[in-house]
Amino acid sequence: MSMGPTMTGGTRIAVWGAALAAGLAAPLLFPSYALQITELWVFIVFALTWDLTGGQMGYNSFGNVVFVGVGMYACAVTQVGLFYSVGEYTAARGGGTSFIWDMPQYMGGLGLGLVAGAVLAAVAALALGSLVLGMRGHYFAIATLGLGVAAGELAAGWEWIGAGAGFSPASPPDNLDVNRFYYYLAMALAVATFLAIRWILSTRFGLAINAIRDDEDKAEAMGLPTTRIKVTAWMFGALFLGVAGAIYGNMKRFIDPTDVAFAGSTIGVWMVLMAILGGKGTLWGPVIGAVVFQVFKEVFWTFLLGWQRVALGLLIVLIVVFFPQGILGFMRERFPALFGHTVEPVVVAGEEPGGART
Amino acid sequence: MSSILSNLQILTIAPVFNVQLVLDGLLIGAVFALAAYGMALVWGVMNIINITQGEFVVLGGYVAVLFADRGIHPLFAVPVAAAFLFAVGWGFYRAVIFRVVDKDLFISLLATFGISILLQQLMNTIFGSDVRVANAHLESWQALGRMVTVSQVKVLSFIVCVALGIGLMWFLKSSRLGQAIRATAQNARAARVLGIDTDRVYAMTYGLNAAICGTAGALIAMAYTIHPYIGLPYTIRSFMIVIVAGLGNLGAVILSGIGLGVAENYAGFILGAQFQLAFVFLLLVAVLVARNWRLQRQRRYLK
Amino acid sequence: MTALLEVAGVSKAFGGVRANADISLKVDEGGIIGLIGPNGSGKTTLFSSIVGFHPVDAGSIRFAGREISHDTVPEIARLGLLRTFQQTRIYAKMTCVENMLISRSMRGRPFTDFFRQRSSQKVERADELLEFVGLFSKRNLMAGSLSFGQQKLLEFAMALMNEPRMLMLDEPTAGINPTLINGLIDRLQRANREFGITLFVIEHNMRVIMNLAEHIYCLAHGELLAEGPPEAIQNDQRVIDAYLGAH
Repeated sequence: MSMGPTMTGGTRIAVWGAALAAGLAAPLLFPSYALQITELWVFIVFALTWDLTGGQMGYNSFGNVVFVGVGMYACAVTQVGLFYSVGEYTAARGGGTSFIWDMPQYMGGLGLGLVAGAVLAAVAALALGSLVLGMRGHYFAIATLGLGVAAGELAAGWEWIGAGAGFSPASPPDNLDVNRFYYYLAMALAVATFLAIRWILSTRFGLAINAIRDDEDKAEAMGLPTTRIKVTAWMFGALFLGVAGAIYGNMKRFIDPTDVAFAGSTIGVWMVLMAILGGKGTLWGPVIGAVVFQVFKEVFWTFLLGWQRVALGLLIVLIVVFFPQGILGFMRERFPALFGHTVEPVVVAGEEPGGART
Repeated sequence: MSSILSNLQILTIAPVFNVQLVLDGLLIGAVFALAAYGMALVWGVMNIINITQGEFVVLGGYVAVLFADRGIHPLFAVPVAAAFLFAVGWGFYRAVIFRVVDKDLFISLLATFGISILLQQLMNTIFGSDVRVANAHLESWQALGRMVTVSQVKVLSFIVCVALGIGLMWFLKSSRLGQAIRATAQNARAARVLGIDTDRVYAMTYGLNAAICGTAGALIAMAYTIHPYIGLPYTIRSFMIVIVAGLGNLGAVILSGIGLGVAENYAGFILGAQFQLAFVFLLLVAVLVARNWRLQRQRRYLK
Repeated sequence: MTALLEVAGVSKAFGGVRANADISLKVDEGGIIGLIGPNGSGKTTLFSSIVGFHPVDAGSIRFAGREISHDTVPEIARLGLLRTFQQTRIYAKMTCVENMLISRSMRGRPFTDFFRQRSSQKVERADELLEFVGLFSKRNLMAGSLSFGQQKLLEFAMALMNEPRMLMLDEPTAGINPTLINGLIDRLQRANREFGITLFVIEHNMRVIMNLAEHIYCLAHGELLAEGPPEAIQNDQRVIDAYLGAH
């Protein structure tokens, strides 16, 4: 299991420091791009959590959007529901001056909302995982695709949360710099997610999910409780996806059930692409992939207006067909030494395969 | 909830509504079955689950819409849509698909998903997202004391589907290409050894599937409606039918297609039209979960 | 000697083919038992039935006194009954050491133990066992890059790491360079004597199994044909006929 190019301790701290500093300074230096970079932090969470069950465990899901949407709605409903009647709020289309939140209400609501989002998303992962994690390969992928779209359609029919007309998240108080606030919140989540995933991959659990990817039948034959491991892995990712969804919904200022919350054909597929583009099954791959993908996306939106989605569709095909190993995979092939891989000398027949050598 | 109950009540109080639902389900089920047959073909021959299936259908529909817009009767669009989509399918095979035929199924799944997104957005950009129809200027019959409406164009589409299905069966059984396709499906390596150009068979199969979808799409545009985003539901329907019916059995595909059509109509009536798509996707999950549970009793799984 | 594994009247059919028909045998604790028979006689099927890979049509399988014919594969493995595969299965994209570490037994430990960091003691144990099979120098290589014979040794080492009570080996010497087979037999015997692991071995190599096993069962056409100590089996006319295809 590779984590990326090997770096010495000092270099590693320097790289981390520079990245963090750049991240912290970005909204101050490039305020017009703050929203896009906020979205990038969210995308990084999407890609990292997808890769945990996808690249690391071999269960490629098209339905992780379910957890994004659940988190999004759970948080938004909590924020409203703590102080007002949700039914009235959605009936009034969340508008105007009759529904306001002052700072403590907003922050308190948001805090609880984030927790609600995480918890409900994890519960969804537990319930759905028990149903579909028994399938493998493309059946799992298609089943999750069905779940993702079905969730969107169900949300679009549920009047209490606004049905097809959508749900407006609680309006922030005037003295809150919304863009900057959500930027740092999203960044904090992305960093936390990265550290959490890095941690879990360093434990025995990390080995277990890799074993399931490499040979699930063998893992079972060796006594690993594969079902529990699979569901736990999905739940772990869902926790962070729920929070990411909650942040994303508040950031977007409007939750549409099929286009924003349970957007199977956009972010549902994009998160897969980002992980593949950067390098499936690595720690930094999804991060790099998210960055590159977001750059492409913004370039397309700026310069190919009208055709940007077509261009993005084309990009997806090109990546999948011509570049499935991703950036890190490509670099590992070209510069194996950078990754600490030794090239194995050929063993001559008849020799004892590697005697004791200390 | 109360509306669900009252809808159910209508069905029991006025049984004639059941006739309408079953009839409409039968008529559209044939189209579902046709698209499913194409998907089974590609799956059986090339081991590719074609997520682009639905987009090929929608594209065929737009061909019919273009014809109707220019005042030409959309029935003439049916063969044109078939030919055009054959070329599109063949083209995509030569450009993209051949590269993923040997790779693992997830890559081919993603590749066809990518093409589906590409086509979907292309159609959205070119045709706009409005719902469109290709007007065939046909009437409806009234039956059972004017309680049941039988749309003539739906019957026409049913007949075309049946005819095409029979034609396909004959083609696969009797023609040289059909036999080559069946041989490749059974054992590609043996077919190659015996001199069959399997690459060409794959291209032809993929093109044929696209043509089948195009035909179905033209019929749907005539008898129902289309817009750029109805592709994925059609893909899922085809997939579900193939799962339930298996790869080899045309009769089972037809029955499953009709069953799905009827089930969808009932769901739309009882739950409300806004939940019909949710029903389709949840049914997919239910079918897969049920299948897998049955296999797990024998310590196997869906793979 | 108590019977660690008791198979009674086990039958398994696939479609119309009877792979195992009414097989009964037992393996005593601490022993080395052989299972031989011509190709297609149902040996691997029997192994798969015992470890729960598929359900049996009829019969009972008891391990350490407990009925396991309705248990799942991971449950049976956690009881201490492991098997290696004929086609040698290892985790290809993980290093040899990682393969070893994940094979470590989690018997009696809570699920939360999975979230602990890799222990250095266990790394030492993994290294010892890799040394034992002669793969120490390959410890940091991807398991998938090993040769077939090396992967077989790795699979064996992984099984040892799991501290099983009984290990069922499916053709452990197949595909191994003949000059290395003695070394493998030696390691199998040491695993039995020093680690106390009961062995149940499918073998085609007669020299190997006659030297290794104390008691041998012979299958043919899905049925138990003969059983007995090596000398008896070697001279049993029915066994000879089965292999030469007189039936």
